[in-house]
Amino acid sequence: MAEATASNHESEHQTTTGLNHRKILMWVFLGSDCMFFATLIATYLVYKGKSLSGPMPLDVFSIPVTTVSTFVLLMSSMSMVLAYAALRKGSLKGYRTWILSTVILGSTFLGFQTFEFYEFANHHVHIDCINPVDLTDYEQGLFDKNCKDGVDHYDAQHGLTPKTNLFGTTFFVLTGLHGTHVTIGVIWLMSLFLYSFKKGGVTPERHLDTDLAALYWHFVDVVWIVIFAVVYLFGVFEGFPS
Amino acid sequence: MTTLLIPMIKRPLHPTGIWNWITTIDHKKIGLLYGATAFINFLIGGIEAILIRAQLSGSNADIITPEVYNQLFTMHGTTMIFLAIMPLSAAFFNYLIPLQIGARDVAFPRLNAFSYWVFLAGTIILHSSWLFGSAPNSGWFSYAPLTSVAYNPGHGMDFWIVGLQVLGIASLAASFNFIVTIINMRAPGMTLMRMPLFTWMTFITAILLVLAFPVITVALIELMFDRSFGTNFFFAPAGADPVLWQHLFWVFGHPEVYILILPAMGIVSEILPTFSKKPLFGYSTVILAGAIIAFMGWLVWSHHMFTVGLGPIPNSVFTITTMAIAIPTGIKIFNWIFTMWKGSITFSTPMLYAIGFIVTFTIGGISGVMHAMSSSDAQQQDTYFVVAHFHYVLFGGAMMGIFGGLYYWFPKFSGRMFSEKLGKVQFFLLFIGQNITFFPMHFVGMDGMPRRIYTYSGEMGWTALNALETSGSILVVISVLLFLHNIVKSWRSGEEAPGDPWDARTLEWSISSPPPEYNFEVIPEVHTVDEWWARKRGLLGEQSPSVGSNEKGEIHLPQPSFWPLVSAIGIFIGGYGLIYSYPVAIVGLVIMMVGVYSWSFEPVNDPD
Ligand code: HEM
Ligand SMILES: [Cu+2]
Repeated sequence: MAEATASNHESEHQTTTGLNHRKILMWVFLGSDCMFFATLIATYLVYKGKSLSGPMPLDVFSIPVTTVSTFVLLMSSMSMVLAYAALRKGSLKGYRTWILSTVILGSTFLGFQTFEFYEFANHHVHIDCINPVDLTDYEQGLFDKNCKDGVDHYDAQHGLTPKTNLFGTTFFVLTGLHGTHVTIGVIWLMSLFLYSFKKGGVTPERHLDTDLAALYWHFVDVVWIVIFAVVYLFGVFEGFPS
Repeated sequence: MTTLLIPMIKRPLHPTGIWNWITTIDHKKIGLLYGATAFINFLIGGIEAILIRAQLSGSNADIITPEVYNQLFTMHGTTMIFLAIMPLSAAFFNYLIPLQIGARDVAFPRLNAFSYWVFLAGTIILHSSWLFGSAPNSGWFSYAPLTSVAYNPGHGMDFWIVGLQVLGIASLAASFNFIVTIINMRAPGMTLMRMPLFTWMTFITAILLVLAFPVITVALIELMFDRSFGTNFFFAPAGADPVLWQHLFWVFGHPEVYILILPAMGIVSEILPTFSKKPLFGYSTVILAGAIIAFMGWLVWSHHMFTVGLGPIPNSVFTITTMAIAIPTGIKIFNWIFTMWKGSITFSTPMLYAIGFIVTFTIGGISGVMHAMSSSDAQQQDTYFVVAHFHYVLFGGAMMGIFGGLYYWFPKFSGRMFSEKLGKVQFFLLFIGQNITFFPMHFVGMDGMPRRIYTYSGEMGWTALNALETSGSILVVISVLLFLHNIVKSWRSGEEAPGDPWDARTLEWSISSPPPEYNFEVIPEVHTVDEWWARKRGLLGEQSPSVGSNEKGEIHLPQPSFWPLVSAIGIFIGGYGLIYSYPVAIVGLVIMMVGVYSWSFEPVNDPD
């Protein structure tokens, strides 16, 4: 027990492992949350390619846009690390700067996601019937159906919503629930930011409050990397050129 | 922001009367609240069961309409599993874990109160579906597409979805709490391999729960979205495969059955050594077997789906894994038997229950292995044979264990002794009644009687056995009433119980009955498994019996709080909102947020 007591000067109670209760709680919660996302991703994969009608991933995804938003989220993890480091060094000003940056970057990511959802829901198909280039399977189907003699182009809205097809259903619910996690994180970090203006609210001794939020934030970030790879990148991946 | 920091309601520092219970964060009081609520649920589930048995007592009976019959078996199963057995186990976790590991409370006392109130919210939501005239009716596993709006209009399924979701929050919060408590609040010297068996089984159960519940949470979200927002998760015309629901449900469902049985196994593993005056045979083997069961519980779910048509390969694989799980289960049974071997056994009521548990649970395990064989299961799936199996493991197993535990720790909970004579009569009534009720189900099941039919024709030849089953269930009712009588009467006027009435082995018996609010005056130092026994028998040799790590007079207990209750009320209102109207759901969300915020800014202790 001696080591535990020594290494534990910051927390109020002596614990068996020397770790703070809340820290363990957070890890256990994240373990549980892993199963949450694993189930959602499993559902997505089970239904991948099973939609009976479009739009399909290839029709709506814009990898460059999502790459940018992914980058933004990654950067927010970095600013989170910097915020925590500043706090440990005792710089409340640095802390505020970086935690606010994290909030802004997180919100930017959410902005991207809203934009993306909106775009998908209002997806338009333009087909040049005279000179069709690079049609996806779905567009090819529309081409065959609509480009009769005398029609020179086809232009219509084919939005993707959670109701449209299995892809829409699984995509929106998976990314939407991830977005909910990000939203909770943003609210949490924002609260810490505001709380840092209260005297004694955020102090180097009470760094655990921020540590826990950071742990959560990084986790949500990692989950996004998985989603980005599994949903977006594999979604548009058509196999290696032979 | 700062307005949030000013407590809107003054902290109840010294509540009295009912407020004492409402704001309590004492794990013992919360344990009693859990126990009382869950036992009431057990009675409600029992009434539902009796109505089912009444309808089946004779052929072509029409005591109950088919619609109500469907609601009854759905609510009976849901109630017994989620509202009775799980929270009864939680009652034991709450009351006993801190006592067994030598702690003054759980790691997060307010989170603990929150768990209870959210559990109560889920309880009320589910039961209230009867009052709103739309009890769920698709069975406790609610297979798609029977649960879609097309086949199941009305709010029944919504009550089921929201109710389970809310109960899930409660169970998850409680499990987080117990995992941290067990990892991090053990008394000095209590290494993992010195923990009492019940604590071990709680630990394993909590880990299982934390990993299994998210799966059903997601499945319920998907079902809710299908019903409320027209998504396609289980909608075959859009290409969906409703079998996905079955997979998700049973990936959760099979670990869930171990969540139900492991605590009872822990209880039995405490009772047997005490009344045999011997240490548990193969202590570490029993723990390891529990852990293996928990792990393998993830690899067998498709044995519930043998007749779905997954093909010969999956069926064979799941046959093998399912049969394999009987091995660690059997190991435990042998360990219990060897614990009694050559012991000086006292056949008191808890001990009778522990022995009864071994007998009936083993029968349930045997029928389990029988339909683990997929070819054999083709004949048994969805018949009364399966009903017999899971009642042997759940009633004969989990509930018998819980009854045993209730008797065993009753003196600790209440500070009184129960009537041993009534207890024994009650045990035999229950044991006999339960076997008369469920044993014949094996035969009618083998004979092809399907489960979940509201009646059957006299020509099928099932009438006599069904009548017998119903008469058995009446014995069960009488015995449960007798139990209640015994408990209530003994709590009021039973003989006063000493701290250690059974000459038991673990730390909870080293303190008075009922324990003081702070549990241990001095946090004990632990040197061995069965520490209390070793101390009583002077087996510790030169080692000093106890080392104070806390001077008397400076015991700090966390203070009562309103906020867990407020947060739970938010969830409660939000639950009804999800069923009936989204604006109300937002109101609930806001109340919950206020609760959670105020809670996180409330220090553990205010200056008194
Ligand atoms: C030796 C261990 C066990 C084995 C081999 C086993 C095997 C099985 C199998 C193969 C089924 C599916 C039968 C069918 O639907 O056709 C089943 C159903 C079931 N088992 Fe077990 N089981 C075991 C222990 C347990 C335990 C310990 C519990 C709970 C405490 C349990 C609870 C259930 C329940 C509730 C069902 C039925 C679910 C339903 O259809 O409503 N089993 N078991
Ligand atoms: Cu199973």
